[in-house]
Amino acid sequence: MASEKIDVRYVAKLARIALTQDEVERFGAQLHDLLAHVNVLSELETSAVPATAQVVESTNVERADETGPCLDRETVLAMAPQREGAFFRVPKIIAEP
Amino acid sequence: MTEWTRYEAVIGVECHVELKTRSKMFCACANEFGGEPNTKVCPVCLALPGSLPVANAEAIRHMIRAGLAFGASIPEFSKFDRKNYFYPDMPKDYQISQYDMPLTLGGTVHYWLEDGTLKECKLTRIHLEEDTGKSMHGGGGDGRIAGSSFSLIDFNRAGVPLMECVSEPDLRSAQEAVGYLEALKRTFVQLGVSDVKMEEGSLRCDANVSIRPAGSTELGTKTEIKNMNSFRSVLRAVESEIKRQTAILESGGRIVQETRGWDEGQGETHSMRSKEEAHDYRYFPDPDLVPIEIDAALIDELKRTIPVLPPERFAKYREYGMDAKQATQLVDNSPLATYFDATVAAGADPQASMNFVLGDLSRLANETGTAVNESAVTPAALAELVLLVEGKTINSKIAKELLERMWAGEGSPKAIVEKESLAQTSDTGEIENLIGAVLAANEKAVTDYKAGKTNILGFLTGAVMKASRGKANPALVNELLRKRLE
Amino acid sequence: MNELVKRSAAGIARDVRARRVSAREVTEAVLARVDEVDGRLGCYLTRLHDLAREQARRVDERVAVGEVLPLAGVPVAVKDNMCLTGTRTTAASKILENWIAPYTATAVQRMLDAGAVPIGKSNLDEFAMGSSCENSALGVTRNPYDLKRVPGGSSGGSAAAVAAFEAAIGLGSDTGGSIREPGAFCNVVGFKPTYGRVSRYGLIAFASSLDQIGPLTRTVEDAALAYDVMAGHDPMDSTSIDRPVEPAASSLREDLKGLRIGIVKEFVTAKLGPEIDALYKRAYEELAGLGAELVEVSLPTADYGLATYYLIAPAECSSNLARFDGVRYGLRVDGADVGQMYERTRAAGFGPEVKRRILIGTYALSSGYYDAYYVKAQKARTMFAQDFRKAFERCDLIAAPAASSPAFEFNSKSDPYSMYMMDYYTIPMSLAGLPALSVPCGYAGTPALPMGLQLAAPLFEESKLLGAAHAYERATAYAAKGALAV
Repeated sequence: MASEKIDVRYVAKLARIALTQDEVERFGAQLHDLLAHVNVLSELETSAVPATAQVVESTNVERADETGPCLDRETVLAMAPQREGAFFRVPKIIAEP
Repeated sequence: MTEWTRYEAVIGVECHVELKTRSKMFCACANEFGGEPNTKVCPVCLALPGSLPVANAEAIRHMIRAGLAFGASIPEFSKFDRKNYFYPDMPKDYQISQYDMPLTLGGTVHYWLEDGTLKECKLTRIHLEEDTGKSMHGGGGDGRIAGSSFSLIDFNRAGVPLMECVSEPDLRSAQEAVGYLEALKRTFVQLGVSDVKMEEGSLRCDANVSIRPAGSTELGTKTEIKNMNSFRSVLRAVESEIKRQTAILESGGRIVQETRGWDEGQGETHSMRSKEEAHDYRYFPDPDLVPIEIDAALIDELKRTIPVLPPERFAKYREYGMDAKQATQLVDNSPLATYFDATVAAGADPQASMNFVLGDLSRLANETGTAVNESAVTPAALAELVLLVEGKTINSKIAKELLERMWAGEGSPKAIVEKESLAQTSDTGEIENLIGAVLAANEKAVTDYKAGKTNILGFLTGAVMKASRGKANPALVNELLRKRLE
Repeated sequence: MNELVKRSAAGIARDVRARRVSAREVTEAVLARVDEVDGRLGCYLTRLHDLAREQARRVDERVAVGEVLPLAGVPVAVKDNMCLTGTRTTAASKILENWIAPYTATAVQRMLDAGAVPIGKSNLDEFAMGSSCENSALGVTRNPYDLKRVPGGSSGGSAAAVAAFEAAIGLGSDTGGSIREPGAFCNVVGFKPTYGRVSRYGLIAFASSLDQIGPLTRTVEDAALAYDVMAGHDPMDSTSIDRPVEPAASSLREDLKGLRIGIVKEFVTAKLGPEIDALYKRAYEELAGLGAELVEVSLPTADYGLATYYLIAPAECSSNLARFDGVRYGLRVDGADVGQMYERTRAAGFGPEVKRRILIGTYALSSGYYDAYYVKAQKARTMFAQDFRKAFERCDLIAAPAASSPAFEFNSKSDPYSMYMMDYYTIPMSLAGLPALSVPCGYAGTPALPMGLQLAAPLFEESKLLGAAHAYERATAYAAKGALAV
């Protein structure tokens, strides 16, 4: 398992959470400690063990292709932090995904 | 040497195709194009707190059928994974997709070029995922992201089932890329798994393009081309990119691996803003969904639903002697092709059937607005007509007339022929009598013919045919006339 | 205090059905109790007086026309991570502080349909991440047995409400111990059914593969009653189990004859100090005294539970909480562009514990670490399931501590890991998806504070589990020996 220092800024960027310098340091130290704890897992011999997909085994849960009621648009748009007409509005998007 | 022979292009295509289902992939909202913004949404496709996805069974069946149509292998196990990244029109800020266990693996797309050359392109995989909502960019920038100051989002499309088809880099030209895409489109339409309406965005594609010295087996640095929204723009964009890369290598430059957007107006690709950070999608199995197991019984059941597919039809039609354009035209009109196949299956000569189907029947369909396959002329009736001509029971002129009457609902050609004694006559005595009468009434013509104006024969033949009310065998009339005049 | 509020859910439902008391009278008594004590206890983030009266009126009407409602007039506290149409549903987070749910969670709907009366939305650790309720961003909940102490968490509001007679049933959710630990701290029964028994639809997700809804009640019989109402397949939740539910309320028993109860040898209670060690040893003896045969079983993976859990749960939460992005609902803090808006919104909207878990989970899923952390943890999880299966070959139920200590004082666990240690005994059962509960088993510390005994059963053996807990509760009646501080 990895034991190098966790790059909190990179992780926070992926998670889209702005961190203060203070938080970077505090979370960095805490995450480092926590990783040290979870690293005990490396002691477990798991090469022949399958990873759990569902703890209660189950497959092929599907729904029939049928339509049902949708939400009322005003209810939907009333939740919007910012709306414009019938749309949700967001600040400018820098780049496509 | 020209640039085109010095370098070879290597192209792979990834395309997203919206599946045709009644409801969305993971919820019961309608899967329909357009509509008032934000009206086809529910807690699930809006990713409200606490909502959960349940997979649409029909979408999974569509996927397996699509795979089977290309001879892909259908793994026994499949699962859904989450692809994590933030984007405002993606409600959960992760996309439910398939990472390492897609529903279909491999397969081959058989396609053809405009001149009829048959080609093939291997598929890497087809996997199932969900579509995003739609963003419109406002406040400058002419609707594009660059230069806009805000975006408006409609989530009606969010959660529509989407299949992503990934090809191997087997394509060598822009024409091949388009041929491949057309084959995908034809197949999906034929299967009924998608409408493939590019103008509605139900097929969207990206191309990976690189070039290398002809004969080399190493791959060059590739670029990914985006924003191509029609087959024509794929053709232009890929051609333009090949030219651009060629020019760079010719001048001793180096290709940069990047994403490039196709600008339809300017007719060239341009570098898209590089991402702030590398992609790290953090795929992991979606714990809200359970694995999919596909057994042989289901595969057998779905195999039985696969119709005759475009490449098979195309090859057969070519064997019948159709040119590439005719064969493509027929293949692309699936109901008409099915109609044609049924006519041939009923024993009619393919070439003669094709002439009727692409000729008079298509004309009648255009004139009346009724599709050929929905007209009163059934494939069996058409086959009967073709066989009547073939057996020389009627001639082609009568056949044309009959077809109009069959179209009008007058019944089977045999019945009309019998009822009205329209059968072609090859009775020499009867025809001799008619010839006698015609020659007697056209003395001047006979004189002219004997004086060397042999082209008057056509006029006399016509007169005899008319006298027979079209029933005389024209070849026999011609032969007997000639004998009589010499 | 109106004595009505002390009645069990079963007693209330029986009397309301028999029209010896009306749902309205019960509701008014409970609302008065809430008004009297909740200012000091802070169980509820939102009080639902109007909705409660409206529902009570409807229940009385339904009872009047002869409907047989299993929970007629039973006052219920709904943990505020469960959606209830028209009510503020916050997950105790600033990011959802003002969000009004437009739909109702399946489990909550089943409670309402059965005649339960919603008294309020109860406090929790933000997004159910915590073991003390101290991580709530919206309020402080105090332990009704000692106001200086925490009620446990994350379902602390529901546990405290039930203990303090502000409801007869509290709905909780348990991911790693979030029902059982506050149950123990507040001297009530806390029951987590088998994963998938109760639909998660409408439960704001923390860790999808672990989250499970269950009741907190003052008696085992009431827990069985609530379970019978909520359990069962829900087509809106793909992970909901589609198999018949054996009614638990009719399986309650008075002794433990013929049952083998496993004591996990790795759970060395001596580590918890002599007083607690003695308390649990006494509890095990009490089980034996009721006729159970005690057997030693082994859980070799026991010490790896926390590590496994603190990889899987944060990984899932990092993805589940991505949707709180300021686009469609909830808090938004503006930014110059959408990326900055995301970062500011999530920085302001999430508390430190939530951020910590999102960060660790993001890291565990990120490129290069996924196999070492997430996959490894999912394999370890399989080992837990295997170990339990083996253990249950030798016993019918397992007995263990529900928590390592009684309720602690506010701000006494300063580093995250010491708080995580609170779940040491509950996490293994969560990882294996087992049904488990905590039932009051005495008092420890100075002042003497409630402690809980944990019982766990194989998958789907809820009836056996509740039946045995009922026998223990009837024989010991520890809860009645405590004194509330309010």
